[in-house]
Amino acid sequence: MIDTVIMLWGKYYYVYIDGLLGTLWLAALTVFAATLLGTVIAIMKLSKIKILDLFTSAYIGVLRGTPILLQLYFFWLVLPKAVPINLSDTACIIIALIVNASSYVAEVIRAGIQAVDKGQVEAARSLGLSSVNTMKKIILPQAVKNILPALGNEYISMIKQTSLASVFFVQELMTSYKTVQSATFLAIPSLIIAGVIYLIVTTVLTKGLSVFERRLQANES
Amino acid sequence: MKAKELIRVESLNKSFGDLKVLNNITESIYDGEVVSIIGPSGSGKSTFLRCLNLLERPTSGKVYFEGVDLSDKKINLDKHRQKIGMVFQLFNVFPHLKVIDNITLTPILEKKIQREEAEKKADELLERVGLIDKRDVYPTKLSGGQKQRLAIIRALAMDPKVMLFDEPTSALDPEMVKEVLEVIRGLALSGMTIVIVTHEMGFAKEVSDRVIFMADGMIQEKDTPDEIFNNPKNRRTIEFLSKVL
Ligand SMILES: Nc1ncnc2c1ncn2[C@@H]1O[C@H](COP(=O)(O)OP(=O)(O)O)[C@@H](O)[C@H]1O
Ligand SMILES: [Mg+2]
Repeated sequence: MIDTVIMLWGKYYYVYIDGLLGTLWLAALTVFAATLLGTVIAIMKLSKIKILDLFTSAYIGVLRGTPILLQLYFFWLVLPKAVPINLSDTACIIIALIVNASSYVAEVIRAGIQAVDKGQVEAARSLGLSSVNTMKKIILPQAVKNILPALGNEYISMIKQTSLASVFFVQELMTSYKTVQSATFLAIPSLIIAGVIYLIVTTVLTKGLSVFERRLQANES
Repeated sequence: MKAKELIRVESLNKSFGDLKVLNNITESIYDGEVVSIIGPSGSGKSTFLRCLNLLERPTSGKVYFEGVDLSDKKINLDKHRQKIGMVFQLFNVFPHLKVIDNITLTPILEKKIQREEAEKKADELLERVGLIDKRDVYPTKLSGGQKQRLAIIRALAMDPKVMLFDEPTSALDPEMVKEVLEVIRGLALSGMTIVIVTHEMGFAKEVSDRVIFMADGMIQEKDTPDEIFNNPKNRRTIEFLSKVL
């Protein structure tokens, strides 16, 4: 078995490397865009405007209450019909992943802002600091320390989530497995290689994230 | 001598939902006086104090500061708050800013004071409360007493006309209470107008010009410290003092 795995790797490593790059890029793009979209959703949710709150609750509720695979299919089927421009399968899937992730990121950002002690805002406002400056100079800098590590985790979990895109043959690591598997009919060894790559990448990133988190905390002392 | 009226509270009511916390309070604070507010926990002392700078919006009634109605939506409330310093029970120093930046942030941003000048003034204040050697550290490195002294001079850096203290020593270890009271005493002696909610009866007796006793969201009795502590007239005051003295 090990021999087969090594042989497969020697012959098809470039397929896996391409897939891995696809995965990393897809996860990065998704988390980045989801952060922008999620920030808007979080601000809408915190705004205390009734209709916005209703909308965001429904948005988050639907995205969290249905399977992500279902959402991928939905966007893949509906989006090409709904927009006038020509969308590739990959584009539909990326948009679906972004929308799905935005619901999680919105909650991360909302929680990060709300976790900032209310006394901080009261102290700032009692000094006569404006609400905009209070947000910029007091709340956000403290919220970012709560939010960044959570976004890092979101990136790591996105690396695994994007494997679902292989259903639609988007270029990423699980699609590489499918490619190698169908070229060689060696299902288990080709799957093992993909698994080991996932494991190495997520382990390294998790370690890196915890170092980063400690740095963030140490900053203040 | 008739001192200038700095704060005037007229028929102030405050409710949280169905809970009526302040019941028709009318009171004035005059320039240069030190007023202590005492009373049982839950009687509305903090809420009253927080209404004075509109951290809590009154349900009805008015709060005037230097003759300006603070709940008037047309005024710039921030500008008026800059002249009303407030110190909280739990300090609320800014943990992500160095000591010096805690002090200079608002003067620089809101009063457009040059950094150099703001820091010079901050250094004087740090010197005055014995914190100059902590100038460039983050507040996590400070003890509770040091944090509270920082919170006091952070407010003073805005050149307030009045300072509001909400139980400034209640969260402190006993050995740190004195250093903070010392700073407040110094302020009182310098002529600062002060309203302080406190459980330190000895301190209230010593520094106050007037003492207000609150219970059930109302001012039950107000008088000189001598009268309140030695010759209380209201039944609730007598009851309260017999428990705490
Ligand atoms: N933000 C709030 N929401 C609801 N109830 C509150 C709030 N703040 C204070 N209260 C209630 O109002 C009452 C008076 O509180 P407070 O002014 O803090 O009293 P004190 O400072 O005299 O202990 C208490 O019953 C308290 O639970
Ligand atoms: Mg209180």
